[in-house]
Amino acid sequence: MMKRLQLDSDARRGLSQISLPFAFSVLLLAAPLTILLAMSFWTQDFLTLDRTFTLANFKEAWTSPVYRTLMLRSLKISIIVTVLTVGLAYPAAYYMSFVAPNNRKALLVFLITIPFWTSYLMRIFLWKVILGFNGVVNGSLMGLGIIDAPLDWISYNQFAVVLTLSHAWLPFAVLPIFVVMEKVNRSYLEAAQDLGDTPFQRFLRITLPLSMPGVVAATLIVFIPTIGDYVTPRLVGGPDGLMIANMIEIQFKNANNAPLGAALALSALVLVSSVAGIFVWLNRRYLKAEGAA
Amino acid sequence: MSKRILTMFMIIFVIFLYAPTLLLPIFAFNDSSIIAFPLSGFTFDWFKSLGAADELRKAAGTSLIIATSSSIIATMLALLATSATVRYKFPGKGAMIGTIMLPMFLPEIIIGVSLLTVVLLAGLKLSIYTIIMGHVLICTPFCIAILRSSFQQLDPSLEEASLDLGESRATTFRRVTLPLIMPSVISSLLIGFTISLDEFVIAFFLSGTEPTLPVYIWSQLRFPQRIPSVMALGTLLLILSVVLLTLSELLRRRSARRLGQTSTSGAL
Repeated sequence: MMKRLQLDSDARRGLSQISLPFAFSVLLLAAPLTILLAMSFWTQDFLTLDRTFTLANFKEAWTSPVYRTLMLRSLKISIIVTVLTVGLAYPAAYYMSFVAPNNRKALLVFLITIPFWTSYLMRIFLWKVILGFNGVVNGSLMGLGIIDAPLDWISYNQFAVVLTLSHAWLPFAVLPIFVVMEKVNRSYLEAAQDLGDTPFQRFLRITLPLSMPGVVAATLIVFIPTIGDYVTPRLVGGPDGLMIANMIEIQFKNANNAPLGAALALSALVLVSSVAGIFVWLNRRYLKAEGAA
Repeated sequence: MSKRILTMFMIIFVIFLYAPTLLLPIFAFNDSSIIAFPLSGFTFDWFKSLGAADELRKAAGTSLIIATSSSIIATMLALLATSATVRYKFPGKGAMIGTIMLPMFLPEIIIGVSLLTVVLLAGLKLSIYTIIMGHVLICTPFCIAILRSSFQQLDPSLEEASLDLGESRATTFRRVTLPLIMPSVISSLLIGFTISLDEFVIAFFLSGTEPTLPVYIWSQLRFPQRIPSVMALGTLLLILSVVLLTLSELLRRRSARRLGQTSTSGAL
């Protein structure tokens, strides 16, 4: 009896404390997302908004070749960027957790975190400075007389977008993997060694399955936001490297067709969430097969 | 053997991570309006040119107001949310904290356009307030991530002692809890400030007539002759971010030490 009363007053206190930040999120995130959803079913008629329900925007977003090309290209770029960043981040996180001496770990984490927080816009822009027609690479190579004309394959294309985005998101992928690796119980590894496993077997049977939750977190943190990147395609993508976010901006601003923009934004979100969902499901099956889950 | 390969990999990894950033100060001091090697000479002109740009000063002012307000509001919301989730069990906890943390996993453009839609439909004007709202939304999850560990390490018996001695909850928070977690609170304020100061996409969608610093920089990127000045500005921003982050990290470590000490002395 006493205990239940206590719990109830605790629950009340917790609810009253979280109510303000939760209300803020509902008001400024959940409600606007709902309104965005409503908007995607309406039609823009020059300056007025026709609020009769229609699926025309979604039909256009999914069937018109322009939008479909942009959507699939964005998805393809996000997948490549995610595979690259997570693939490169994994050995880095492994080094930080298993190879680096303990007194160096904090410094390494800090070294990885700094670029994480320093001006996103400038970091992307620097790649334009490096890869552009008059950029560091071309300017320097031409200045040294190694090439006569700027290399055109290094910039204003999808390669430049993938390179730039991968660089921008690398730190975001390292930290979640590192955090999970730090929790791997080292005595399992010793036990496996005592029982005669080779280092590679130990890695495959213990470290990899146990660090998978970090890989999943890193994948989601990189994959989902990347599909909506606006700055990189605009700066280094050229016409061939534009992504869906650039079209969303055009619909909202220049084309003055917010409903179509809303449908494109939500379609991209649904697409990326479904792919992420499939990945999480596959990972669960892998962990079950490994007996780690 | 494999250790040596991994160490080599890590060195290359860190160099790759930092290499582009190092170009910023190099070309900010380079005496040429063309960004290419070989360098032509040393100059402070690009930094001097920043002092003369009125629009830049205005944008910096706007960003300062937005970053300060967003970091304060986000930290207060994060304090409430963290205190509630770390200490109490209540129905709907997972869903509520999930909603609050969601902006961490959403593309920023989705947050930008959904807030823009509301502003458009409500017939409101885009202003610094709309940007502050967007920034509070994206800063709060990071502030919660920072505050969470210090709330988890906080010894509840200290607060209980204060309550038993007849202090009110508000006084206990002000005189016991807050001083103990102060370093993480400041660290959370600094991180919130840095995120808001750097954020571009939401500000780009939600700014009206007053651009923020990143939106101003974006408008300058179109003009090749302004690039060296942008590099100078970027250098200053980089230094500011590094200073703020280092401060934040030092405070976070101090907080961990302080809480660690109180809990061991509590155990003794």
